[in-house]
Amino acid sequence: MSNRVKNIIVPIMAVILGILVGTIIMIVTGYDAVAAFTALWNGAFGEIYYTGEVIRQVTPLILAGLSVAFAFRTGLFNIGVEGQLIVGWLAAVWVGVAFNLPPVIHTLVAVLAAALAGALWAFIPGFLKAKFRVHEVIVTIMLNYTALHVTNYIIRTVLSEKSDRTEMIKETATLRSSFLEGLTDYSRLHWGIVIALIGVFIMWFLLEKTTRGYELRSVGFNQHASHYAGMNVNTNIILSMVISGAFAGLAGAMEGLGTFGYASIKGGFTGVGFDGIAVALLGGNGPIGVILAALLFGALKVGALNMPLESGVPNELVDIIIALIVFFVAASYMIRLFIDRISKKGVK
Amino acid sequence: MEYVIEMLGIRKEFPGIVANDNITLQLQQGEIHALLGENGAGKSTLMNVLFGLYQPEQGEIRVRGKSVKITNPNIANDLGIGMVHQHFMLVDKFTVTENIILGKETKSGLKIDLKKAEQEVREISERYGLAVDPQAKIADISVGMQQRVEILKTLYRGAEILIFDEPTAVLTPQEIKELIQIMKTLIKEGKSIILITHKLKEIMEVCDRCTVIRKGVGIGTVNVRETNPNELASLMVGREVTFKTEKADAKPAQNVLEINDLVVKDSRGLTAVNNLKLSVKAGEILGIAGVDGNGQTELIESITGLRRSESGSIQLNGKEIRNLSPRKITEAGTGHIPQDRHKHGLVLDFPIGENMVLQTYYKSPFSKAGVLSFKEIYQKAKSLIQEFDVRTPSEYTLARALSGGNQQKAIIGREVDRNPDLLIAAQPTRGLDVGAIEFIHKRLIEQRDNGKAVLLLSFELDEILNVSDRIAVIYEGEIVAIVNPKETTEQELGLLMAGSKQKEVGEQTNV
Repeated sequence: MSNRVKNIIVPIMAVILGILVGTIIMIVTGYDAVAAFTALWNGAFGEIYYTGEVIRQVTPLILAGLSVAFAFRTGLFNIGVEGQLIVGWLAAVWVGVAFNLPPVIHTLVAVLAAALAGALWAFIPGFLKAKFRVHEVIVTIMLNYTALHVTNYIIRTVLSEKSDRTEMIKETATLRSSFLEGLTDYSRLHWGIVIALIGVFIMWFLLEKTTRGYELRSVGFNQHASHYAGMNVNTNIILSMVISGAFAGLAGAMEGLGTFGYASIKGGFTGVGFDGIAVALLGGNGPIGVILAALLFGALKVGALNMPLESGVPNELVDIIIALIVFFVAASYMIRLFIDRISKKGVK
Repeated sequence: MEYVIEMLGIRKEFPGIVANDNITLQLQQGEIHALLGENGAGKSTLMNVLFGLYQPEQGEIRVRGKSVKITNPNIANDLGIGMVHQHFMLVDKFTVTENIILGKETKSGLKIDLKKAEQEVREISERYGLAVDPQAKIADISVGMQQRVEILKTLYRGAEILIFDEPTAVLTPQEIKELIQIMKTLIKEGKSIILITHKLKEIMEVCDRCTVIRKGVGIGTVNVRETNPNELASLMVGREVTFKTEKADAKPAQNVLEINDLVVKDSRGLTAVNNLKLSVKAGEILGIAGVDGNGQTELIESITGLRRSESGSIQLNGKEIRNLSPRKITEAGTGHIPQDRHKHGLVLDFPIGENMVLQTYYKSPFSKAGVLSFKEIYQKAKSLIQEFDVRTPSEYTLARALSGGNQQKAIIGREVDRNPDLLIAAQPTRGLDVGAIEFIHKRLIEQRDNGKAVLLLSFELDEILNVSDRIAVIYEGEIVAIVNPKETTEQELGLLMAGSKQKEVGEQTNV
């Protein structure tokens, strides 16, 4: 069996195993698994409203996944997607609230501001890594907390008067679309999905087709050989982090300009940035893989809300299933071994 | 004659390649049997079949006359087959004893009985003349000692048949002598040995018989006593091989590289290159001879821009290139075959095709307006692969999957193809077999004959004497002598390299 086929089968097996073990847990704890999965499915695709919500949920997940995947493909581990997302969210809302611009342009400026903010936030770990060889994982983790508390402070003192949220962004800056909402029975589906899909294309094109992408991948694989070949290793490390951060910032714009329309003080992380790690992992760090993985996670998350209502199964169970899927992807060595055994037997 | 191991008509296929085809190897009790073949000929595959890592598609393995199926390394172990790997499998932070017993610990209750284990290790090491300190940490002992630990590991597990995978590749000449002694002791104690190698000298010295494979096919087994290095080499490569490189006299012209008063510090901040003066002319090969660690690496790295130098001047065609970026130096007309091909020469996780444009990817026709043309890149790669005889399933194969010799050919193809005025070759034939070495030497001489300057760094005196037109001897960061290879001997070079003849020849260095 070729490696390519294996790379596709492994995540699929992981999903199946995750659901399987989830089912066992339900049976053991005395819940009706069939009813639970029916409710899950109905909650995600049963009505056009739910489907709209799934796509809305998928939008930031795609961008967060791209962020992690892009960094990973260029040899970096960006754990700071969450922080970059929060910063991007705030920047988008800030532009949306404080500026007066014509429609479309206002939205674009706000979206770009989010990308820029995420990029700047990611520039810090990139710069520290390039200049002082400080490991990006440590810096990005710490910057997540910094982002959370700094944005909370700005919302409280600059963007509002001691309130726990900003005002709504101006109509001209919104990503919301009455057309898309009408299409999906008034879900919160917004134009962000288009931006996410453009992001997917950009990531693929940049990495696989451009001269810069060649350099980024080369530096990611082997800094010494890249230096020897005349590439500027430090520039590429910083650039890789900055581009990754821009994707994360865009994910924040999806929430700020699309789903919510404001930024509020957060007691904790949104989780979308961390889900991005799982999405990238499950999607094999490839553009199409990220879309599919985001779709799965989005459907699970939205569908889960329906489970307690329709089947009486607590929606935390979906968190367990997601955790199991991530576990099985991480333990993919096990699955590969299993596939090897089976395909060997098949030959004989 | 009794055979302890017989591999009869072994065939092993991988997708797209037949790695082993109808190979027969019969190991007699108490002999040292060489397995000879070029890089990528299928030696390792065959041994992995014997060790249970691969299953053959055809053929039979017999151990002491009994047909066996070796489906995993544990079975090989139980049959008394032990492997001494080329790349040691040791835990750096463990002691010698801890490494040896790993996976087969002697226990008393729940605790590991280290005392008893140490005693056992000491006994075995004395019996076979393998002097090692059982309590030393792996990180603290020399490479030669580490290899002894690997050998002890197999003996501790009761191996009767030892497979040595290119054991001398990492050893110093002194350590090689000791290893040969150890192998002879092992034979005396009743063990049998398969020695995987492509070094003909060693085969002639220690082996009884030699099985040759070429491009995955078994060529046959010869008695070493009845053969000579030339015959072995032609059996291995499939044609006559010349050891003495044929070349016309050099026609040196103007200086291409001129180095004056160069000072370079090493990674610890100590002066590695000390006021060095050197020039390389168009149309000549200048060889740098020296004992490893006398500033050669730092010299090459500072010429190519990989390391900053403190002071002095490096001129290429009259233009100062000192401390420019590697790209500027490359563009000024240098090519560099680096010492460490895995670290510097290749991006192992890139396809071999993409590695072929590692320095030129940003130029037309490979890149237009920032977008790569993979069609052009792979076309280029294909023609280079053909021209330089790089054996690879395709140009899309990852560089990692190629054998060392083919990786090196790919690098040389890439560097020579840019047609640089100065070609720097640092240990270009390290770890390669005679066929590949011959090929690479020819290419270097070809560059010289085309009027280019070649700077060759090598730790092999044979290579330096064979290929160079002039030899510069480096000692403690200085060029202490420049000699003519036709007028010098290995002995004289050896003395110069050791720094003991510095004064007498110092005056002759003004060339």
